Amino acid sequence: MYPSSFDYRRASSVQEAIAMLSSDEDAKVLAGGHSLIPLMKLRLASPSMLVDIGRISNLSYVRKEGSQVAIGALTRHRDVETSELLAHEVPILSKVAGQIGDPSVRHVGTIGGSTAHGDGAADFPAALLALGATMVAEGPSGRREIAASEFFKGFLETALAPDEILTEIRVPTGFTKYAFQKFNRRAQDWAIVGVVAVRGERTNVGFINMGPTPLRATAVEERLSAGASVEEAAAVADEGTSPSADINASVEYRRHLARVLVKRALSELG
Amino acid sequence: MRVEVTVNGQERVADVEPRTLLVHLLREHFALTGTNVGCDTSSCGACTVLLDGESVKSCTVLAAQADGRAVTTIEGLADLDGTLHPLQRAFQENHALQCGYCTPGMVMVSMSILAEHDTLDEATVREGLEGNLCRCTGYHNIVKAVLAAKEAMGASR
Amino acid sequence: MTMTDSPQQERIIGERRLRREDPGLLSGENRFSDDLVVPGALHLVLVRSPHAHAKILHVDANAARSMPGVVAVLTGQDLQSEWAAPMPCAWPVTPDMKNPAHYPLATEYVHYAGECVVAVVARSQIEAVDAAGAVIVEYEELTPVLDLEDAVTDASLAHEELDSNASFVWSLDPNPEAVEAAFREAAVTVSERYVQQRLIPAAMEPRAMVVVPSPMGGDYTVYSATQIPHVLRVMLALTTGIPETKLRVVAPSVGGGFGSKLDVYAEELLCLVLARRLRQPVRFTEERGEGTMATIHGRGQVQYMELAANADGKVTAVRVKLLADMGAYLQLVTPGVPLLGAFLYHGVYDIGAYSFTCTGLFTNKTPTDAYRGAGRPEATYAIERAMDTLARKLAMDPAEIRRRNFIAAEKFPYESVAGLVFDSGSYQENLAKALDRAGYAELRAEQQRRRAAGDPRRLGIGVSCYVEMCGLAPSRVLASLNYGAGGWEAATVRILPTSKVQVVTGTAPHGQGHETSWSMIVADKLGISPDDVEVLHSDTAIAPHGMDTYGSRSLSVGGTAIYLATERVIEKALKIAAHQMEVAEEDLEYVGASFRVKGSPDQQLPLAAIAFEAFTAHNLPDGVEPNLEASISWDPPNFTFPNGTHIAVVEVDEETGRVQLERYIAVDDCGNQINPMIVEGQVHGGITQGVAQALYEEALYDASGQLLNASLADYLVPSAAELPSFELGSTVTPSPTNPLGVKGVGEAGTIGSAPAVINAVVDALADLGVTDCPMPATPERVYSLIQQATAAR
Repeated sequence: MYPSSFDYRRASSVQEAIAMLSSDEDAKVLAGGHSLIPLMKLRLASPSMLVDIGRISNLSYVRKEGSQVAIGALTRHRDVETSELLAHEVPILSKVAGQIGDPSVRHVGTIGGSTAHGDGAADFPAALLALGATMVAEGPSGRREIAASEFFKGFLETALAPDEILTEIRVPTGFTKYAFQKFNRRAQDWAIVGVVAVRGERTNVGFINMGPTPLRATAVEERLSAGASVEEAAAVADEGTSPSADINASVEYRRHLARVLVKRALSELG
Repeated sequence: MRVEVTVNGQERVADVEPRTLLVHLLREHFALTGTNVGCDTSSCGACTVLLDGESVKSCTVLAAQADGRAVTTIEGLADLDGTLHPLQRAFQENHALQCGYCTPGMVMVSMSILAEHDTLDEATVREGLEGNLCRCTGYHNIVKAVLAAKEAMGASR
Repeated sequence: MTMTDSPQQERIIGERRLRREDPGLLSGENRFSDDLVVPGALHLVLVRSPHAHAKILHVDANAARSMPGVVAVLTGQDLQSEWAAPMPCAWPVTPDMKNPAHYPLATEYVHYAGECVVAVVARSQIEAVDAAGAVIVEYEELTPVLDLEDAVTDASLAHEELDSNASFVWSLDPNPEAVEAAFREAAVTVSERYVQQRLIPAAMEPRAMVVVPSPMGGDYTVYSATQIPHVLRVMLALTTGIPETKLRVVAPSVGGGFGSKLDVYAEELLCLVLARRLRQPVRFTEERGEGTMATIHGRGQVQYMELAANADGKVTAVRVKLLADMGAYLQLVTPGVPLLGAFLYHGVYDIGAYSFTCTGLFTNKTPTDAYRGAGRPEATYAIERAMDTLARKLAMDPAEIRRRNFIAAEKFPYESVAGLVFDSGSYQENLAKALDRAGYAELRAEQQRRRAAGDPRRLGIGVSCYVEMCGLAPSRVLASLNYGAGGWEAATVRILPTSKVQVVTGTAPHGQGHETSWSMIVADKLGISPDDVEVLHSDTAIAPHGMDTYGSRSLSVGGTAIYLATERVIEKALKIAAHQMEVAEEDLEYVGASFRVKGSPDQQLPLAAIAFEAFTAHNLPDGVEPNLEASISWDPPNFTFPNGTHIAVVEVDEETGRVQLERYIAVDDCGNQINPMIVEGQVHGGITQGVAQALYEEALYDASGQLLNASLADYLVPSAAELPSFELGSTVTPSPTNPLGVKGVGEAGTIGSAPAVINAVVDALADLGVTDCPMPATPERVYSLIQQATAAR
């Protein structure tokens, strides 16, 4: 199984990568490649050029910056999973990272690649949405910050311009309680439905695979702020979601799972 | 494009199309056919190799991404005189393979599992093997072999 | 002479001997078909039908033909003159069976998504893939036949030239009046409909092959990932017209088969005729995404199962009606698969009356054929599910209903109502051991505790007892079933001048460890080390005769042939020894690889000396030919009947419907065990495939006949993370059918496991009123069963 032909360019800096991207509108960024290469092998994506940013130095890091943790876009799932800083400051991310795909996938896939792919069925995007993370993008006109709530635009569509590169993800600390409920049939599979719940001063809940984009469980969050019990909040969990049916689950079953998993996640928060 | 990869300790060079996957580089350019292809979707893990010491699915890595890096394949585990690595020996002693097609991938991912855990229990091994499929063994003896290898390798340290 | 097992002779049979196959496989040195480097080999890539049923209107290959590296782009019309016969079906189960002509490339119509339409041959794989993408085929879509219960109505036809979707109707109805009477007089009856979903065998090695024509012309070596090099050679000859003498078939290391490589495939035939036409080697390796459509599927049946029983639970009659999905075409043994189960729908139970009817139906889906167990898992599922239903109707424990109906141990050999003679077994003992191992009473108590506490983690315990007919097969019985080949196996045992031993077998291992086990049989008999025995196989030039490996036959038929050939070699050696030692043959005994004079153990002649003598031939007795070698073709007098009891313990999450297999206990009787380590490995793998059918796997089609889960990302072969370790035990009742007393174990695990798991799922929900759960027991399906049952209460 082979992808279609493409030009391969390796960027040594973010600026160089942006210039390469600007030169070809069908170019795509290659980070770990674990979202993109499978699509290319199936010829569901046929970019004319791949701009490999994997060798750009200083894009893989986890560091504390004030009340946030900054994570370089090239930080691999495995590094997120095992980062002591994240385990301490944003433990939900380590937990989520440890259940993405399988260990070999986690050795290559990156948080930036997964996030920029913007898949509503992927684990990181929903976690970042629940955390209220900030995406840092760099493009020809410089650097900008995009709130997670503004980042995921549609099915596999993000706020990134074609010549912009996601370089950093900033996540707030302070969500000390957390729960991750991932429901699938095999451990290696994508979530049929997943729920990320974090609690600091407030409780945020993110949904995996309950719509074309990652979602916040707005109805749940509102009920909780209004003092509702776990059961009451969970009972409306699927409000405002738009799950689709596939070979793994019907729409109704996904809605049901959303309610059950939210209940479990909130109970886990204690 | 030219790629230079250290494969099983040896410098190897090849001229490849950019779309060449690491598994094609190994099998077709370097004639290392121990690494197998079992699916198209990064699901089965038959193609697992070590890239800079960590397990990766070589069907989902471009040869270009391995340029300048070190790859270990199943051919690189045994001693030059053919003495099997303790993990390979544990696979044989525990009858952890039947047809042997998934075996190179199982062994390579297990190398990573062993390296990443100071201690191992059955549940950890089973989770570690989640990305590698076997149709013959029901995994029972593969799990036993990895646990046995941990014990054997721990003892030799 | 005596050849009794003397205490001085170390037994090798029964040892947990490590496999000699392993070092090569563990080091990457073994060669699978796709690993073979053949200079100049051209690459075949196929353009396949995207439609389940369509008329081919037009093929435009011009763009593809002019692409770099392309050698040929050929349609079915282009290749029609290459075929001496259509693709083979070796099992015309009835004289009037309908078998639509099936050629490697479709010509006018396509009948399933994935059928080969255009062959693209290029110098490299990548060039062939690119060129195949440039071939344009126009189709006119036709209505596909997809559902068996629709197919049987003939409302639309899978094959336009046939007047019905039925390929055949096959019945086994030895005493219809007795069946009628039993149902008329029954105190209780059970009437169930079960669906055996289609399964994708998914051997980890995709099919691969390379055909190498001799540079001198005329001869072809076919390397293929096949279970059946011998049968394949015959079929290649018949289909292409190439004389069998010009064909050599080699199966290199083969990465699993499970029946899916027990076939003759379009791609094998295409590589061969393209190599003939282009005078160059041609190779093909399937991608997983095409293999899931183009390699046979398994199962695919709707079963209507009825039991009649009296008030104390004794079953008096079993009546079965089957609809069996042939798929679009009859492959090598497609129509015979349901027949392999036809004799076993009464399972391990002593019943009065029996009736079986099967209708084989064409659909516009991938052809079905043998998949691990082939007919017997389906039969076992139906009877073991129905027995649980009977137990529930009588408020009886599932173990108790089985005890009351078992064929008693003292009845063996047991002539079954379906006409088989079961060789040996102790079904009560299997059940008792399994229940004991499981801690059955404690599990039931735990189940009650959870129910009483309203625990949403429901516990279910499922029991399944099975018997299978293995050791395929007595050739005369095959003849009575219209099978187009025999069931014998061939072996040669050859003691070389240096006293090393070569064993040539007609079996074709692909993971079963024959090299190890066969060497143990011979070494045990000869009193030598297995390390001195080499096993040669899977190459028709080296092992010219054979019936290959499937149907748990290799040990009981092939192993027996080897055992008997070894015996013959010893008989010949005895003649030479007696002559050399100048004693009567009856005064010698064979112990520890030497012939010695009875009562005078100092007077002895080692086998090694006799082997050299047979080579020099300087002093052989009159009438004895040089060389110490014997060949045998053994046709078994009967099937063998492995049996056992399996118990599954599941936890069902009431809120999500998720089923987790918590424990699995299996007690199997495969007769004597040559290498218990290998036996256990076979059981582990078999159990997993049955669990996979019960919980995870199903080939799913949409309304247009597209396979929806064609990749291993979507077709859920379970991983280690979904499964527990297994708890195994065994009983041993040696089979009297063969001198080794063996029965076979390749399929046992798969046959016992699916009903055990589903019985456990239903058991977990029984107090809610759930009585059935279709396979696979997906979380959503189980959740909706719980919902329906709760709503009905």
